[in-house]
Amino acid sequence: MSPTVIILFLAIVLLTLVITYFAAKQTQTAGDFYTAGGGLTGMQNGLAIAGDYLSAASFLGIAGAIALYGFDGFFYSIGFLIAYLVVMFLVAEPLRNLGKYTLADMINSRFDARKVRGAAAFSTVTISTFYMIAQLVGAGALIQLLFGIDYWLAVLIVGVMMTVYVLFGGMTATSWVQIVKAVLLMAGMVIMSFLVLLRFNFNIGQMFTDMKTATSHGAAYLEPGLQYTDSLGTISLMLALVLGTAGLPHILMRFFTVRDAKTARSSVITATWVIGAFYILTLFLGFGAAAFVGESAILQANPAGNMAAPLLAQAIGGDLLFAFISAVAFATILAVVAGLVLSGASALAHDFYGQIIKKGKASEKEQVVAARTASLIVSVLAIVLALFAQYLNVAFLVSLAFCIAASANLPVILYTVYWKRFNTSGAVTAMLSGLISALVLVSISPSVFSPVEGAALFTGEPIFPLDNPALVSVPIGFLGGYLGTILSKEKDLRRYAEVKVKANTGYKASGSSH
Amino acid sequence: MALEKEYQQQKEKEVDYVKVANSPSFKKFMKDKKKFIVPWTIFFLIFYFLLPILTTYTTFLNTPAIGDISWVWLFAFAQFVMTWVLCMVYVKKANTFDKQADKIIEKIQKGGNDK
Repeated sequence: MSPTVIILFLAIVLLTLVITYFAAKQTQTAGDFYTAGGGLTGMQNGLAIAGDYLSAASFLGIAGAIALYGFDGFFYSIGFLIAYLVVMFLVAEPLRNLGKYTLADMINSRFDARKVRGAAAFSTVTISTFYMIAQLVGAGALIQLLFGIDYWLAVLIVGVMMTVYVLFGGMTATSWVQIVKAVLLMAGMVIMSFLVLLRFNFNIGQMFTDMKTATSHGAAYLEPGLQYTDSLGTISLMLALVLGTAGLPHILMRFFTVRDAKTARSSVITATWVIGAFYILTLFLGFGAAAFVGESAILQANPAGNMAAPLLAQAIGGDLLFAFISAVAFATILAVVAGLVLSGASALAHDFYGQIIKKGKASEKEQVVAARTASLIVSVLAIVLALFAQYLNVAFLVSLAFCIAASANLPVILYTVYWKRFNTSGAVTAMLSGLISALVLVSISPSVFSPVEGAALFTGEPIFPLDNPALVSVPIGFLGGYLGTILSKEKDLRRYAEVKVKANTGYKASGSSH
Repeated sequence: MALEKEYQQQKEKEVDYVKVANSPSFKKFMKDKKKFIVPWTIFFLIFYFLLPILTTYTTFLNTPAIGDISWVWLFAFAQFVMTWVLCMVYVKKANTFDKQADKIIEKIQKGGNDK
């Protein structure tokens, strides 16, 4: 390890701690803790959304996937980006108009039922946990590789850091760490893409011609089909990617950190531009890594390709760029897990403790204490689970989180805002049928059962053929909500009128008095 | 603080949301929104799923388009362009919706009467 790497790492860690220190001074109420007091601007929140979204899986994972599988790696970039159109057109503004801190708040603006809140909080905790384990396992592997330390120590370092951010700085610290990291990450991407393009003399056509012979796949590298050959499997994965984002709790939570729906909209717009630019650049990184690092070197460092981007930085920019990119990757992981802790903690402290147990009568001080306690519980739980999950496939955990989000959360969000007849029973059945079907189908899928020993968790024939069950579980979520609704007589058209007026106009939206 | 909250809740009770929801201006607002959101959502979802459908069921996108860049790459880039264009279209349209929403809110605050 060179001194440059250590100094850059320490500089970035110090920067995030300074942010946390100043944020901690401002964090006094539950509103400050969960949503930074709702005071972020559209631009700031847009960058923070981009920061939340461009996780280690996006940055390291997609660059690696493109480097190893060419066009098929690019599928992820496309799916993750188009997902923002779903967020923009259907979810962001009504969500901001109806909610306060959590997804459950938004659904409860229509149904004052504890079982609905409980189900929403349960699915939030489940999704956040899967996502967090994935990030922590990935982080552990990365830090282990970079510093040559043991996996458990790596997970512990990341875990303690994220706990510090959330515990002391709440959403304000988490948001600012996200913003700083998003800017650093984009800068790193632009520098690397520039250096890659320089090698191709800034000729995109030439780059494609060269890539035809640069890898062992030959011309097939530039064609789809290297990784995804099964039609339904590919479509199912693409469905999870495009619909999952609009149901991810840590992304949804970001829409409560702004003043009103208009600011929520401008933050999605900023996020969409930044994320789009980022994913275009992943292509240059992937191609660059395939051409200048080489398949065997990438696979040798990490079989999943996760080290492609840092290795490329070293190959084209030397130790300094390598240190910078590695430090940014570290900050990326920290920021994303901090956001996840916050969304998990909000479901535990605000929904379960504050609203279900205390029936919304907890004092401001009790709420803040509950939020901090819940953050600590969630952090410790995630660290312990990640220590045991070292050998689980990270990509599988992330796609599972997206699939549950698309199957359990999205149907309820859409029905709550757009369907007149929707009722309490429907809300509960939609969430539970989406959540349970996704979990059950994954547990009998090829990701868990493989006839080849060691390739998956268990050895055996998978009962369900698709790796990602979204193609089946998303329709089950929607169907569950539909049947649950029409089989119960209950309906409240007066309440729906209120929700409809509020969701669409922003009248009496919480936080608009700030 | 508590008093203010109580006052707000009282005031809120007075709003007849069913009446607002059935008012001509709100109905027109919803119709305009639907006319914009539904077709565009269907469009971008079809455009998006066309890519994996075409790449896994057919191979014709693999024919070269510009030099060694094949149609499949152009289609992939078109997804990015579509996202950014729809982003701008949405902002423009949403601004007109804001104006409609503001008028409706104004009416609610005046006493919920829509004439």
